[in-house]
Amino acid sequence: MKDQVRLTIDGREVRADRGSSILAAARDAGITIPTLCHHPDQRVKALCRICVVEVERSRTLQAACAFPIAEDMVVRTRSPAIREARRTVLELIIARHPLDCLQCARNLHCELQTLAERMGVREANFHRLDSSIELDTSSPSLVREPAKCIVCRRCVEACQEVQQVGVLFPMHRGADTVVGTAGDRGLLDAVCTMCGQCSLICPTGAITEQDHTRQVWEALGDPKRHVVVQTAPATRVTIGEEFGMEPGSIVTGKLVAALRRLGFDRVFDTDFTADLTILEEAHELLHRVKEGGVLPLITSCSPGWIKYVEHFFPQLLPHLSSCKSPQQMFGALAKTYYAERAGIDPADIHVVSIMPCTAKKFEAGRPEMTASGYADVDAVLTSRELGRMLREAGIDFADLPEEEYDLPLGISTGAAAIFGASGGVMEAALRTAYETITGSTLEVLDITAVRGLDGIKEAAIEAGGLVVKAAVGHGLGNARRLCELVAGGAADYHFIEIMGCPGGCIGGGGQPIPTTNAIRQRRIDAIYQVDRNMPIRKSHENQVVKTLYAEFLGHPLGEKSHQLLHTHYQPRERYPA
Amino acid sequence: MSVALEKLPSQLREQRLKEVDQVILRHRDRPGALLTILTEIQDLFGYLPEATFKPVAQALGIPVSQIWGVATFYTLFNTRPRGRHMIRLCENAPCHIQGTVAVLEAIQRELGIAPGEDTQDGEWGLELVSCLGICGVAPALMIDDQVYGNVRPEAIPAILDSHR
Repeated sequence: MKDQVRLTIDGREVRADRGSSILAAARDAGITIPTLCHHPDQRVKALCRICVVEVERSRTLQAACAFPIAEDMVVRTRSPAIREARRTVLELIIARHPLDCLQCARNLHCELQTLAERMGVREANFHRLDSSIELDTSSPSLVREPAKCIVCRRCVEACQEVQQVGVLFPMHRGADTVVGTAGDRGLLDAVCTMCGQCSLICPTGAITEQDHTRQVWEALGDPKRHVVVQTAPATRVTIGEEFGMEPGSIVTGKLVAALRRLGFDRVFDTDFTADLTILEEAHELLHRVKEGGVLPLITSCSPGWIKYVEHFFPQLLPHLSSCKSPQQMFGALAKTYYAERAGIDPADIHVVSIMPCTAKKFEAGRPEMTASGYADVDAVLTSRELGRMLREAGIDFADLPEEEYDLPLGISTGAAAIFGASGGVMEAALRTAYETITGSTLEVLDITAVRGLDGIKEAAIEAGGLVVKAAVGHGLGNARRLCELVAGGAADYHFIEIMGCPGGCIGGGGQPIPTTNAIRQRRIDAIYQVDRNMPIRKSHENQVVKTLYAEFLGHPLGEKSHQLLHTHYQPRERYPA
Repeated sequence: MSVALEKLPSQLREQRLKEVDQVILRHRDRPGALLTILTEIQDLFGYLPEATFKPVAQALGIPVSQIWGVATFYTLFNTRPRGRHMIRLCENAPCHIQGTVAVLEAIQRELGIAPGEDTQDGEWGLELVSCLGICGVAPALMIDDQVYGNVRPEAIPAILDSHR
């Protein structure tokens, strides 16, 4: 048993691990102390002072999040002085926060608003100090509204330390402090990867996703448009959270039903092109191994990762798989193969993606993603935006029946589902690579070494005399470590999977708020359950993918694949200019 | 007024950036080198030209945003060209009580500029700063490296003249 101390909180005797904060000890004892800058996955910041408590023999109130407990300590979390102090702190924050909650993307999902409601703030005792800092709408993925920033610095930790991208940092000082960018540039010009982890961790509406719901409503209302939708692997285990369901709820069938009720003409699945990606990428790997191509091969599904490597390690671009991401492959096929089969003019087809990701919005707008003559993808909605649309439509998500995806682009395997978790692409690719190399059946499909939340994971799979060495990294800080190994020639891997967001897409920047590591783990468990539930769990056994090759593409890495499903990358400047 | 680096002819600009490289080389391996490097860059240019941030960031292995954060945190750093002579007037409580407001008015009467501004001829810049560390002789101000205490408004014209 760990070293414990005994203390008194609100007259109750409490035991907790030595070194715990008062906040943690109180929580374990069922005593709630309000917080604002605190986040369970981040360092203690003690910036906002909302969590102040009385500690006996301490001259002043103390921040419960930062104050360590000690033997025989006597703590009070409720008193008139504490209440007064907390209200003052909150009213001072509100005095410089816009009061347009009704029009805010985070209305009813805002930690500041929730706190004001909980603490019963009904009046403004301080003069208002309205910020004149302008909205930053330069990024196709994210909107920054510094006026709504409470300078808690969670986004700074996410951007500087977790992702190690380093776009957001506190500028100026004292009361003038704002979280900003180098030279106050818009995010588009600020070497931002668009991963959106800042928007996921922001307690208010200071950083939000670029909202594409209006253009999707318009497309759905236009009778001339044939609007098809694709759902990313990770969204089937997260959308339920937008409707109060438990994290880790598997809602695949309800998601399909909901999208049909919104009015989409066809409900397809990004999982279909995830399977296709595996076919293309596994063959690319085998080709490079056989022909002495550039190794290790590195995955290219995650657009935040792609933009990161273009900025930070352009010398590694030859390592990237030339495969487009499943989102883009889907769009390219929807406007060619599907258009032909369905007899619809591709000009009339509108492809909407439901994504866990803000960077997907940037990816969809890349000029090279138009090989069919049309933009692969016309609009990208994050999980959060889809939640908003479904609420607006009055769709009672939890009570929806389970429905099936449409044919043909809605058919997929368990290997595609696990794309949604870190390690999933690797596992799916190894399942296919093994059977392609050996021609024999892989008995144990679960490659558990590459699963889970460890920052960097490794595995070695023996297949037909070849030992395939693999590494998996998630979150751009871990990606950087792997990149440095590869750039330094110190990596003897054949294949590396990198996802830009911690935990992979289930923890993506467009996912429901809150997302914590505990919630990530429950979503991961769910995505592997989806895999186990599937009758077919290997991408190369997807019958529709086989048909697609037979009828349309020819073979993996063939000419048509090359034209529609593969892409190239461009070095980008690392320093804003 | 210090001349903006971007406005120099390219050959001269390259030459001056080489001086920055020398500054970086001298200090890069010390812990906490950033403040020293920025101070010396400001000595070279009178302000911190953004073009110098990239080599500093590369040498220290930090994002440019962190350099901007430090450069905007300290009032002693300028991120744009400022007047040839910088007046830094303390606005903290002891100075305020002892008459900073009247001193500020006297400076504004003489130079016609508000805090944060520079005179048209580029000779003077004015900034309000936090404590100069000499509260015993409040109100206090600095002009360039020279410190003045017990400043009376009527002394301002003579003080300014001594720097002209």
